[in-house]
Formats: sequence, C-alpha cells, structure tokens
Amino acid sequence: MKPLTTEQIRAVIAKGKFRDNLFKAVGVFCLAFALLVIVALIADMLIKGSERFTLDFFLNFASRRATQAGILSAWVGSLLVMLVTALAAVPLGVAAGLYLEEYAKRNWITNIIEINITNLAAVPSIVYGLLALGIFVYQFGFGQSILSAGLTLALLILPIIIVATREAIRAIPAMIREGSMAVGATRWQTCRYHIVPYAMPGILTGVIIGLARAIGETAPIITIGALTFIAFLPPVPFSEIDGGATAGMFDWVMSPFTVMPIQIFNWTSRPDPAFEVNAAAAGFVLMAMVLSMNAVAIYLRYKMRKNIKW
Amino acid sequence: MLNSKLVSALAVAGVALIGAQSAQAQVIKIDGSSTVYPITEAVAEEFQKAKKNAIKVTVGISGTGGGFKKFCRDETDFSNASRPITKSEMELCKAAGVEYIEMPVAYDALTVVINPKNAFLKQATVAEMKALWEPAAQGKITKWNQVNPAWPDAPVKLFGAGADSGTFEYFTEAMVGKAKSSRGDYTASEDDNVLVQGVSRDVNAIGYFGYAYYAENKAKLKALAIVNPKTGKAVEPSSVNVENGTYAPLSRPIFIYVKAKSLQKPEVKEFIEFYMKNGAALTKEVKYVPLPAAAYTGNLDHVKKNKIGTVFGGTNEIGITIEELMKREAKM
Repeated sequence: MKPLTTEQIRAVIAKGKFRDNLFKAVGVFCLAFALLVIVALIADMLIKGSERFTLDFFLNFASRRATQAGILSAWVGSLLVMLVTALAAVPLGVAAGLYLEEYAKRNWITNIIEINITNLAAVPSIVYGLLALGIFVYQFGFGQSILSAGLTLALLILPIIIVATREAIRAIPAMIREGSMAVGATRWQTCRYHIVPYAMPGILTGVIIGLARAIGETAPIITIGALTFIAFLPPVPFSEIDGGATAGMFDWVMSPFTVMPIQIFNWTSRPDPAFEVNAAAAGFVLMAMVLSMNAVAIYLRYKMRKNIKW
Repeated sequence: MLNSKLVSALAVAGVALIGAQSAQAQVIKIDGSSTVYPITEAVAEEFQKAKKNAIKVTVGISGTGGGFKKFCRDETDFSNASRPITKSEMELCKAAGVEYIEMPVAYDALTVVINPKNAFLKQATVAEMKALWEPAAQGKITKWNQVNPAWPDAPVKLFGAGADSGTFEYFTEAMVGKAKSSRGDYTASEDDNVLVQGVSRDVNAIGYFGYAYYAENKAKLKALAIVNPKTGKAVEPSSVNVENGTYAPLSRPIFIYVKAKSLQKPEVKEFIEFYMKNGAALTKEVKYVPLPAAAYTGNLDHVKKNKIGTVFGGTNEIGITIEELMKREAKM
C-alpha cells in the first residue's frame, strides 16, 4: 500500500472535520428546537395570562367570574399534597435503594424485586389512581383527602426515587466503602457517614424529577376525587375552627382539596373564553413552581457537592 | 445531620397518620355532572359569601353517572345530574338505603351550531338531523345535498359530543330516536371548546353542544333553528323559546338530587333554600335557562312534604314539560 500524500491526509482530516461540524450543527439545532418549544410555551402562557398576575389571583378562591377567580385553594392544595408525597416517598425510596445496593444479597429474589421496580416506573399513573381509590380512600378510610392524594403520588414516584438512589450509590467508588470498613466501621456506619451523604446530590435529583412529575399529575388525583370547587383552605394547625374548637396539628391532611392541574383543566373546558386567560396564568404559575423546585434542587446539589472531598 | 432529619420526618409522618381525626367542620359535599356544575358552583359561591364562610361547600365533577355512584354510596349530600336517575342507579341507592328528593333546577338547550359563513342553512327538521346523524349514515352521507337536495354539493364536517356524555345520550334520543345510537365517523370530544373551535373554523361544519357554549361564543357560531315536530315551525334556541316550550325537542331539564337524610342537617336545608331562591338569577348569569318560578317554590314544597324518589321511574323522556314533571308522583 502506498503511503498517503500530505494532500490526501489533509483531505481525510477535512472530511472528518466537516462531519464533526455537521453533527455539532444538528446537535445545536435539536437543542435550540427543544429550548424554543419550552420558551415559546412559557412566553405564550405569560403573555396570555399577563392581565391576571395580580395579588388577588393568588389570594382568591375559584369563582364563576373569570376576573375574580383565583388559585388560592389550588396552589395551597398542590403544595400540601407535595409535602405529604415527599414525606412519604423520600424516606421509603432512599431506604429501599440503600437496602438493595448495600444490604441485599445477590439472588433471584433481589433480581425479581429489581425488575419489578423498573417495571413500576412504567405503569400509567391512572393505575396508581385506581389502586389508591381502593386502598387509601376506602380500605384505610382516608377519604378524598390530602393524605390520600399525597400517598398516591408517593407510590407513583417511589420507583423514580429508588432508581435514582441506586444510581447515585453505584457512582460512589468502591474504595470509599472499603476504606471505611478497613478502619473498622460497621456497614451501618459506612452508610450513615459515607454512602448516604455522598449519594445525596444524585438522590436529590431523583427526588426533584419525581416531585416535578407528581405536581403535574391529574389523572390519579381525579380518580381519588379531588374537587373542582372548594372555597376554603385546610385548617391551620392549632387555629380556631368553627364552634370554638381548635384544629389539631395534622387535621389538614384529612381536608378535601384541589390541585393546580385540575383547576387549569376546569378553566380550559369552560364555555366563557375569559377563563382561558386564567388557565394560561395558572399554567405559568405551575411552570414557575416546577422550575423553582428544580432551582432549589440544583442549589442544594451544588452546595452538597462542594462538601464532598475525595 | 441529614439522617436525624429523615428520622424526625418519618416520626412526623407517623404521628400524622395516627393523629388524623375527623375534627372537620361541617362540609356540604356535592358531586356529579359537568353540565349542572356551573349553576351549583355559582350557588355555592354566593352561599358561602352570604354565610361569611361559616358553612363550607365543595363541588366536584365526576359526571352524572360518577356522581350517582358516590351519591348512592352515601358519600355526598347532593348529586348534580344532567339526566334523571336510571333504574340501576335507583337499585344502588335503594340497596344502600339512600333516599333522595329530585329537583329540576334549570333548562339546558342543546344547540345545533354551524359556521357563521354558512349561507344555505337556516333551519333543519328532526328528520334531516336524523338522516345526518343516524348510524346508517356512517360513511354514506358525506355531502350536504344527500340530506336535502336544496343544499349544496359540499362535504359535511360533523362535530359532536363524546359517547360518555349526557349530551350525546339526549341528542341521539331526541334526534335519532334511540339513546346512544349515532354514526361514529365524526369529530367527538368531551371538551366542548374543541367543538366550538372546530365548527368556527370550517364553513361546512355542523355540531351540537349545550347552549352555554353557544351563548359565550355567539360571534364565532350560528345556531340552527330546529323545526318543532308538533307545530311545524322552525324555532331558534333562546331563553324565551326554551321557557315557552317551543324549542323542542332539544331542550331538557337538568337536576340536583338531594339526600333526604342530609336535609335534616340545618346547613343543608339552608343551602337548598338558598339554591331555590337564587337559582333563577344565577342560572341566567351562567347562561342557562331558568325554570318558571313555580318550579323552584314547588321544589321547596317537595322538601317540606318529603317527596322522596324520582318521577321518571328510571327512564329518560323527551319533551316533558316542567309543569307535568312537578305534578307527577315520585317513586323510589
């Protein structure tokens, strides 16, 4: 074979570079397209809903008059449901992930569990809604409450958190574990002081992805019976409720509720086109809620990563 | 430390589960049809304002059927219904020992709409609508002149309610002659705004939905006058024509069902009195057609006399007048 001349080599390099640039251009185009879609969506909602962005919109209950209708019960409901969801799903999910990675023996039972967790992540949300309707609402008697909704969404995002926890734990180098045990730490101490803290950034990412999915869910919440018109808030702990009685610390979890996606859905399906403005404004608020949740997670992740020194 | 935070969070969640008691204030629970929802919502909103939020009212949308399921399981105090209770629902209620009082609260006029640019259509007969919508028309009737030779040789674009809605049930029963019997090759949607958009964008479109959606979108749509089979006169949907009974057979009464047991609670009784006193005005405001005043006082009278049950016996009827409805004997 004849050696390539300089010209030929240059041609080959130029060809390779051209392909490189072509791929880069395609990649940038795809990214720009995706970004453009989301920016357009948000901008559209912002412009359409701009006239509703007053304090009243956040402090008013739903109303039949578009200009007076607000999202107070919806955003409070969404936040409280998310709180219950996080309180239930995070400890369970992290503990399950930790067990599977650090404690479980590698055998066929563990394999089956692993496969099923992955499968659970793909189950349509309405199925969780039906399950919850039977178990939480009727069997346990929680009724159509914030508690039922929060637990339902917790089930929904549990697989996401478990998978994220395991990925995060797997990314920790084996030497950390070995080093810890070499100096005499027990398995629990290793998990407590090394594995969980180091995996926390990854776990948080999973938690936020899960919560961001949960906050937009409508189907399972409708199934368990979220309301459309509700013009009162859950009782504040230790506040006075009617008749002079005092609300208990956790009375709010049993309160009926509505959430943002249901409010938005209701507004888009109304005859009066003025409600489309409300729907757009509420849609923007929901996006803002999701994005600020993400921002908090990114900040926490950044702070925690800084503390990890190895 | 994070872990101790987790542990305390778990503890809090645990206490929440145990400590949760039903120390809730009295709530009036309403669920059911999306058609009746705007009226009940308006009443609930005004009632809570008038009571300075001392009494709480919640309204859900589960559809007429879903509402009755909850109602007959004794979970709600009221059920909104765009059609009378059916036989199987009556059985369910009977089995659970739920007794109810049936109250018509407003009229809804199903409105057949066309594009405002449509120049040839002014009115239609029930027979023409049947020819257009019956199951036999599927795939065959695709042009306007196939229904009426006077109409042009242009394609028909059909828009209608989804098969699960009460609107679909009533429209097919009134036009085709049998409930739920319809051609399937049309754009169906449970969201009436989709139908509004569809008809407003196509000159050859025809569709149907509740009057409120037409009333709010009059600039984009034209309502078709339907020939009353009894008088032979074409009548446009309007509050006047619905009230005087000439817009037939597409106007129907819509209902609320009140649990007799709940009426023993003073707040529920107060709510129903408020509903019947202010119902007419609020109905108008949300673009439905109110019943004659006698119907609302008649409903209150039925509460006083505890007139339990339905006057329909489990089947829907087309073209029944409200006066006759009020006079009939109710049965469980």
